[in-house]
Amino acid sequence: MSFSVVTRENMEALRAIVGQENCLWGEEISPDYAHDELGGVERMPDILLRVHSTEEVSRIMAYADTHRLPVVVRGSGTGLVGAAVALEGGVMLETTGMNRILELDEENLTVTVQPGVLLMELSEFVQSHGLFYPPDPGEKSATIGGNISTNAGGMRAVKYGVTRDYVRGLTVVLPTGEVLELGGKVVKNSSGYSLKDVIIGSEGTLAVITQATLRLLPLPPVSVSLLAPFDSLDAALDAVPAIVRSKAAPTAIEYMSRDVILMAEEYLGKKFPDTTAPAYALLTFDGPDLSQVEQAYAGTADLCLELGARDIYLVDTDERKKSVWDARGAFLEAIKASSVEMDECDVVVPRSRIADYIKFTHALAKELDMRLPSFGHAGDGNLHIYLCRDGMGRETFEEKCRLAFERLYAEAARCGGRVSGEHGIGWAKKEYLAAHSAPEELALMGRIKAAFDPNGILNPGKVI
Amino acid sequence: MEILVCVKQVPGTTEVEVDPVTGVLKRDGVASKMNPYDLYAVELGLRLAEATGGRLRALSMGPPQAKAVLLETAAMGAESGVLVSDRRLGGADVLATGYTLSQAVRTLGKVDLILCGKQTTDGDTAQVGAEMAEFLGLPHANNVQSVEPDGEGYVKVRIDLDSHISVQRLPLPCVLCIDSEVNTPRLPSYRRKKSLPPDCVKTISLDDFGDREPAHYGLTGSPTQVERIFPPEKNSEKEMLHGSGEDMAKELAAILRCRKLI
Ligand SMILES: Cc1cc2nc3c(=O)[nH]c(=O)nc-3n(C[C@H](O)[C@H](O)[C@H](O)COP(=O)(O)OP(=O)(O)OC[C@H]3O[C@@H](n4cnc5c(N)ncnc54)[C@H](O)[C@@H]3O)c2cc1C
Ligand SMILES: Cc1cc2nc3c(=O)[nH]c(=O)nc-3n(C[C@H](O)[C@H](O)[C@H](O)COP(=O)(O)OP(=O)(O)OC[C@H]3O[C@@H](n4cnc5c(N)ncnc54)[C@H](O)[C@@H]3O)c2cc1C
Repeated sequence: MSFSVVTRENMEALRAIVGQENCLWGEEISPDYAHDELGGVERMPDILLRVHSTEEVSRIMAYADTHRLPVVVRGSGTGLVGAAVALEGGVMLETTGMNRILELDEENLTVTVQPGVLLMELSEFVQSHGLFYPPDPGEKSATIGGNISTNAGGMRAVKYGVTRDYVRGLTVVLPTGEVLELGGKVVKNSSGYSLKDVIIGSEGTLAVITQATLRLLPLPPVSVSLLAPFDSLDAALDAVPAIVRSKAAPTAIEYMSRDVILMAEEYLGKKFPDTTAPAYALLTFDGPDLSQVEQAYAGTADLCLELGARDIYLVDTDERKKSVWDARGAFLEAIKASSVEMDECDVVVPRSRIADYIKFTHALAKELDMRLPSFGHAGDGNLHIYLCRDGMGRETFEEKCRLAFERLYAEAARCGGRVSGEHGIGWAKKEYLAAHSAPEELALMGRIKAAFDPNGILNPGKVI
Repeated sequence: MEILVCVKQVPGTTEVEVDPVTGVLKRDGVASKMNPYDLYAVELGLRLAEATGGRLRALSMGPPQAKAVLLETAAMGAESGVLVSDRRLGGADVLATGYTLSQAVRTLGKVDLILCGKQTTDGDTAQVGAEMAEFLGLPHANNVQSVEPDGEGYVKVRIDLDSHISVQRLPLPCVLCIDSEVNTPRLPSYRRKKSLPPDCVKTISLDDFGDREPAHYGLTGSPTQVERIFPPEKNSEKEMLHGSGEDMAKELAAILRCRKLI
């Protein structure tokens, strides 16, 4: 598809919509807007518009559609697949100025927010009202709009599900400028196709989200994590299906190996409470009071001991949670810091297959002579595997990454898995989505895209 | 080495509210936990006990439910705990608390080293360790960052004195108040917790002490009486003093004198 470049005349028209102070043009735009948290793909937008209302977005989209200007929506730019990069230049809409929490409805247990509200702001706000927004992806400075657009997952998915499960209603602007209200505060909804759900996870390719009504839960007052040291990563992962089968309903089951913990220690300059074992499982339980939580975890703790855990360490106070979860939260950055360059694979496999899959990655690392550290959400089958460049030359690294990705996704497909568990497809994983999806499915996605965006101006070059 | 660590139970959150009418801390429904500063002392004690083939015991004064922190210390690795609990000890100030703990220590047989936290998150005075040591007639040091026994009846300790670090050699037995963040405290073990013998925490009272005169304890034994507890007025104004410790102290004294505060 060919797009027009943003001319001075276009700029003036767009500037009139958002106002002088919210319009940056050419050199005024910081180079940070050329990329997200993924390395390897960069392009500056021609113009950056800081939007503040649905109406502004609607006018911008109508204008851009008429003039065939490509538009990319950007939240905090913390994505890991290059989804928020303006591959074709053009217009970038930044939503972080739309950061108001509009309404807390304690009767319907919903909160209505603008898309630029940050995840950490939302959690803090609802918690101060004794309420709980369960989705908990690692990067707390991401926007809610970004979280919805990638269907972000996170650490509590085992028990509470992912972002999609908490979106009740959306206000969206179509690429052609029309405004739609989808869903609402209703708990049930069988009224036609769920367009809201098509937009969730669509990575800014179908519509611009300008408002969201999110479902909340009462805040579980007590949570306790268990850190279970195992003799090997295999032993830790082998325990996961048994834990899932035991119906104990932990909110999180994470796995981590000692080498990744040591990287986090180095990165944070802080010691982890225990590094004597080669691998650990980390489980969290929550509930209304300590005795119920203790009851809930006792069975699982005993089960882990039976399955070979050396012990179970209790992570039960704020200080202890901090010492463990700070390290867990820093894994991605710590691995990044351990290598000159890296790439990431965010596959998801059925959780019963996770142990086999990780064994496969170990064999692959040996075969390709490449470091492939990993950690992840064992409880939901979503793994984060890092391809580290270390001492390799650029070309060798790229070649090995290509090989490694092919093998990793092929093996995932063989296990019944999918290309991305939570980070999305964006630009970086497009060819792998194409390789591992049925042609009919891709064609249908293409027709959905065309139905929403007849001129293909919204986030071109992404997902499909 | 025979090591004793003093631990205190404090409210589970740092945001304890004060009832504006009665001036009493709202403790209802607030979960309790071990004073976070004591965790560093426990960890240091466990490492010393492991290194010297000795043992760590824990001591706490508080209401019956304070037994929980002693069980927690045991789940972290301490051999046993002693709870001093007695209604007659209620309302103790730092002096009475220090005296009570010193009396309790005397019932525990041979103790080579007593460890305390730096301060607590509720009382926050950082005085109990030193006062207990004075009552016991033992040498003591605060803000201790590391402890190395030399096997000949002495420990080499590193003390953070803000403007400089002092390394000292103290004879055993002595009392050391451990600085925060000097280690990463280990987590309590579920396995140990489940297998603790039922008598691993012993409760003692005033009747077990050498000095059984009730007037020396609790409210009556406390020269300080709390008249009222209230949340401080929030004030964001501040004046910064710069320069060496000595210069700043002089300047501060001058300001206080000038405002007739001293
Ligand atoms: C350290 C670290 C840890 C992370 N951990 C997790 C994790 O545990 N789980 C997880 O799922 N992700 C994780 N991520 C990835 C990232 O934080 C998420 O993808 C997040 O949802 C992106 O939000 P953002 O605001 O930064 O969006 P951006 O990166 O700005 O954009 C992401 C995509 O959403 C689109 N978009 C943004 N806002 C809108 C809108 N209002 N309307 C339409 N489209 C929009 C963009 O066009 C783009 O396609 C992590 C990232 C980092 C750096
Ligand atoms: C609800 C409440 C009511 C109070 N009422 C009074 C009152 O009426 N009059 C008054 O003067 N003071 C009162 N206090 C203060 C009380 O005396 C102090 O909390 C107590 O003496 C301990 O001092 P601290 O917490 O400042 O300990 P710090 O001196 O800050 O503690 C240093 C270290 O000493 C050890 N330690 C401290 N306390 C204990 C303990 N109980 N058992 C074992 N080890 C310990 C720990 O290792 C700790 O890390 C009250 C406090 C509270 C919370």
